[in-house]
This record gives sequence, C-alpha cells and structure tokens, in this order.
Amino acid sequence: MSEPTKAPAASGGSRASTKKELPEHFKSYKHVWVFIEQERGQVHPVSWELMGAGRKLADKLKVELAAVVIGPEGEATQHAATEAFCYGADLAYVVADPLLTDYRNEAYTKALTDVVNTYQPEILLLGATTLGRDLAGSVATTLLTGLTADCTELDVDADGSLAATRPTFGGSLLCTIYTLNFRPQMATVRPRVMPMPDRVEKIAGRIITHPLGMIEDDIVTKVLSFLPDRDSNKSNLAYADVVVAGGLGLGSPENFQLVRQLASVIGAEFGCSRPLVQKGWVSSDRQIGQTGKTIRPKLYIAAGISGAIQHRVGVEGADLIVAINTDKNAPIFDFAHMGIVTDAIRLLPALTEAFRARLSPHSRDRIAS
Amino acid sequence: MHIVVCIKQVPDSAQIRVHPVTNTIMRQGVPTIINPYDLFALEAALALRDQHGGEVTVLTMGPPSAADSLRKALTFGADRAVLLTDRFFAGADTLATSYALATAIRQIGETFGAPDVVFTGKQTIDGDTAQVGPGIAKRLNLLQLTYVAKISGIDLTGRTITAERRSEGGVQILQTRLPCLVTMLEGTNEIRRGGMADALRAARAEIVTWSAKDAGVEDISKCGLRGSPTIVKRVFAPSARAEKAVLVDFSERAPADALIADLFKRQPKLEDELSTLARGY
Repeated sequence: MSEPTKAPAASGGSRASTKKELPEHFKSYKHVWVFIEQERGQVHPVSWELMGAGRKLADKLKVELAAVVIGPEGEATQHAATEAFCYGADLAYVVADPLLTDYRNEAYTKALTDVVNTYQPEILLLGATTLGRDLAGSVATTLLTGLTADCTELDVDADGSLAATRPTFGGSLLCTIYTLNFRPQMATVRPRVMPMPDRVEKIAGRIITHPLGMIEDDIVTKVLSFLPDRDSNKSNLAYADVVVAGGLGLGSPENFQLVRQLASVIGAEFGCSRPLVQKGWVSSDRQIGQTGKTIRPKLYIAAGISGAIQHRVGVEGADLIVAINTDKNAPIFDFAHMGIVTDAIRLLPALTEAFRARLSPHSRDRIAS
Repeated sequence: MHIVVCIKQVPDSAQIRVHPVTNTIMRQGVPTIINPYDLFALEAALALRDQHGGEVTVLTMGPPSAADSLRKALTFGADRAVLLTDRFFAGADTLATSYALATAIRQIGETFGAPDVVFTGKQTIDGDTAQVGPGIAKRLNLLQLTYVAKISGIDLTGRTITAERRSEGGVQILQTRLPCLVTMLEGTNEIRRGGMADALRAARAEIVTWSAKDAGVEDISKCGLRGSPTIVKRVFAPSARAEKAVLVDFSERAPADALIADLFKRQPKLEDELSTLARGY
C-alpha cells in the first residue's frame, strides 16, 4: 500500500502506472477467489464472510467465485470445500496433503502460489488473521503483485478493476487502492468487517484438486508443539452481541472499572480504544478498531471515545451505537445513533444502576404493579 | 552474531490532524517517533546480542530526518545504524519497500557481516499492513517467523532457532534454520533505557547513509512509486451518516433510567436480549 503525503489529485498525473495498461499475459486472469482458512480442522468464520464479499464482486464482474482450500488430507478439508458451496462458491480448488496439517509458511505459500499460477484468478481475497497476513505477504511478494491489507470495503469499478478501500495514516483518513496492471489483485479483510452471508444448503459442485509437490525434507520449519488457548482466556469481543468500551475520556486507568461494571450488569463484553492499550491500561486483546477487533454487536456503548476513523471502522457494523462524550463536536457523534454529551465518569455508574434495576428478574413485576 | 533490525520513523498518530477542507494530513508540528511495534523487535535483538555476543545493526528507509530515529535506537544500545535515503524510494508501497530493504540488508551483509536474524516489528502504526516483514523474507529467501511472542533458543553452531509464534487458536512452538526473519509481537518485552555511555556514543556516532546506488540497487524501476504495483487513487475523509446521532440529555430531569427507556424504545427487542444475557452472568 502506498502512503501518499497528499491527495492523489496533486501527486498524480505524471505517473504512467496510474493508467490501466494490463500486460497481455495477465489478460487470461479471470474469476474471484477466496482463500478458505482452516486451522486444526476449523474453518475461520472470516473465510465465509469473504465468500459473501467475493460473491458480490464475482456477480458484478460476471465471473465465477472459487474457494481455495488448503489443508491436510481427510474429512476436515473435504468438509471445508463442500461447505464453501453453501456459502456461494461455484467451484473449489483443493490442495490436500499431510504436510499441510499445521500451518507453515513455506508449504502454504507454495500451495497457494502454485494454484494461482496454474488457474490464474484476477482477484484473491484472504482473511487478515495471523495466518492470512503471514501467507498473503509471502504470496504477493512471490507473485510480485499488489496486496492491500485490512480493507473495509471492496468493489469493482467500471473497467472491472478491484477498488479496495482501507483506513490510512493510522486511521485518520480512508483511501481507495488499485492494482491496475498486475494480477491477481490481492486484498485482506479483517474478521467481522464483512457481514456473514446466509448459509444455503447445496450439493457440492466442481472440485479441482492440485498436488502440493513437496516432501517433508523440503520444509525447513518444524512445528515442535502447539499450545491451544484456553477458552476462558479468550475474549469473545468480535462475536459479542453487546459491547461496552472506554477511551481516553475516562481519564485514568482506575475509571476503566466503570466500563467493566456496566458490561457485567448487561452481560456485555468490554473493550477499549487504541490509546488505552498504548498506555498499558487495558490488554491488547480488548482493543476495538482497525488494529484491534472489529465488532458487529446489537448494542455498542462507547464511553469517552472520540471516534477516530481507526476506531470507527471497527464498530460501524453495530446495530445501535450509543456514544458518551463531553465534546459535542467529537467525531463519534457523526456515526453514533444516539449521543449523550456528558462526562462518562458520571453517567456510567448511573447507567449501571439503572440497568441493574431494569433488568433484574423482579423489576418488570414491580413496574407492572 | 549479527542481527539487523528494520525500523520505521512514523508520525505520532495520536497527534495527527486532518485539514478539514483539503482532507490532507497536517504534518506541521506532528512529532515523529520510532514505530512503537519496532521497539519490541529492537529489544528482542538487543537481548539476543547480550546473550550470544555480536552486533545489532538498525536499518531504516526514509527521508534524511529519519536519522533521528536511528540515533534514538543507538541510545537504546544498537551498535550501528544505516539510513537508506534517496528520492527514488519515495512513494513506495510494501512490495517496493521490501525490495529496497532487502537490497540494503544484502549490502549490510557484505559490508558488515551476514546477519543471522533480521527483525521487524509486527506492523507499523501508520501503514498497519504487516506485509513488509514477510516481503523482505521472501526476497532474501529467508525463513520467516511472524507474530513471535518469545525466542526460546538460538543454537549458533547448529544454526537453528526455536520460537513461540502466536496463531489464531493458540501458540505454535516452531523450530527453523538460521538465518531467518522474525516479526516480533507487541507487549512481549520492554525496551531498555540505554545508559549514559550509549547516549554519548549515539550522539557522536556516524550514521551510515546510503543512496539507492550505495545500497546496491540495480534496478531503480523496482523502487518507490515506479516499483509499486498498488496505486492510491483516492484519499478521503469518511462522510458522516446521513443523520447524525440523536443527542439526548442526561440531567436530573432526564436520569439514566429515562435514557434506558429511550434506548429500548429504539430497539424493541433489546430489553429481552439484555435480560437474557444479564442472567447468563
């Protein structure tokens, strides 16, 4: 991704490469692909979210949508491929080999690069997970093509080029990036940024298998062991129905307790904006925004968060955003649905008490009587 | 051992302001810092050097003023600093950046000794792509270990490295061969405060400054804007929603329970859902 110092209107013009002049050998590159990420037999939901986005691109381009499944031989990989059809795939490419049981960069890079070079897609989408980012960077560099990270919007323009929009400058602005003259056009998208498409029961369609063509001795990196996270340690922030988060407006790390108290009363997950992680008040797995988690809850309460783009892109999918901020000009009021101009430190305890009273099992009887 | 750490000088994003009319970044007066993620890479490198002996070379690509960040890295204890600066590098995307840095690392190897490990941060706070580390590894044909939480061991005679790598559902313990590239996870260590000796040395140190030619770049068309397959067509501020937030009052006349009543009026199903969730806790 380029990092322009000014708007392209001022810096463009002289660049030959801003014109689309696709070299002849790239013209055969067709169709939209989604890399289906699985780790230890589980497909990461971001892959299905990407199938939804990829379906729209493929329909607009009037081409096919393919799933690329890479993994060990056996049921899990087969199942991932057949599931892909339920999420909109027209066909699936499968590279199944025992050497692909654990994710290792060397083997996965070879598998994906080989399939791309053989079957030549115009667009390749991957989830911006630790696996997806590790793989995408290697594959794009091997193919010497463009890769746009952490897109928040994907579209195709009139001449059929992928328009990938993402935050830039630490999330102060958005930019739209093109890979005009190289193929495939690659992009990653973070989990939860795209809505989960409906699963429609379908019989599997065309499956094209491709060999890995490696032996264990070809792969230098060995997995000595794997320590799975304990579920209790994992925050369910990205998939929570209700989220309460705090920002710098809380004033002190102690006041973050107010966020946690409200969250516990309404059964919410708690989170925070980036500055709080940078200050060390809250651990990084609780960060919401472009560089943290993207959330799509039914209710999101943001307390003392100003709403920089980097935060905005992580919460825009929420059904109802309630913002509490002392500054009535804070950008968060541009995208919140309901705003309360007040000090979160005063309002949070009051809200906690009011919710507790309202949600307690007897409260409705009391109101009724 | 010889360790190369790639760092980037970035604007302190907490202080970036966008011009309300032109939608351009107002850079004046915005302080620059070493990309915070890179400090975890630097500390990991310094710790390895302390343990195994050798040297740490910090490398950056940027304008001449990026020398400030290199000098800062020297005060933390790095032994040598290399600045890659040339107008040909301007406007580079991640692919062109990885070409320039990989070329410079090769030159560093020839000039000061081949590196055993190349470190980068997980990502930068201005670009946020996490693509340059894997890009450098691929171009130098190094094995890559990304999102490393801990380097458990290095065997310089057996030429192996063992590390804990964060993955989606847990931690992989990986062993691979040296030389390799490591991208270090945040929060895994704390950058040391350099001593007085380091500060004095840093102040006097000569920053090795290389142009594209000095670094051994053979093909200028692979650098900067020309070498970048991606093109930024449009930079813009997001539009406000059609309707801004409905501002509601919080006061003695409108206490918190009135707010909640208002909330539930907007989302009629919310009250039942919250009641269910609240009971689960």
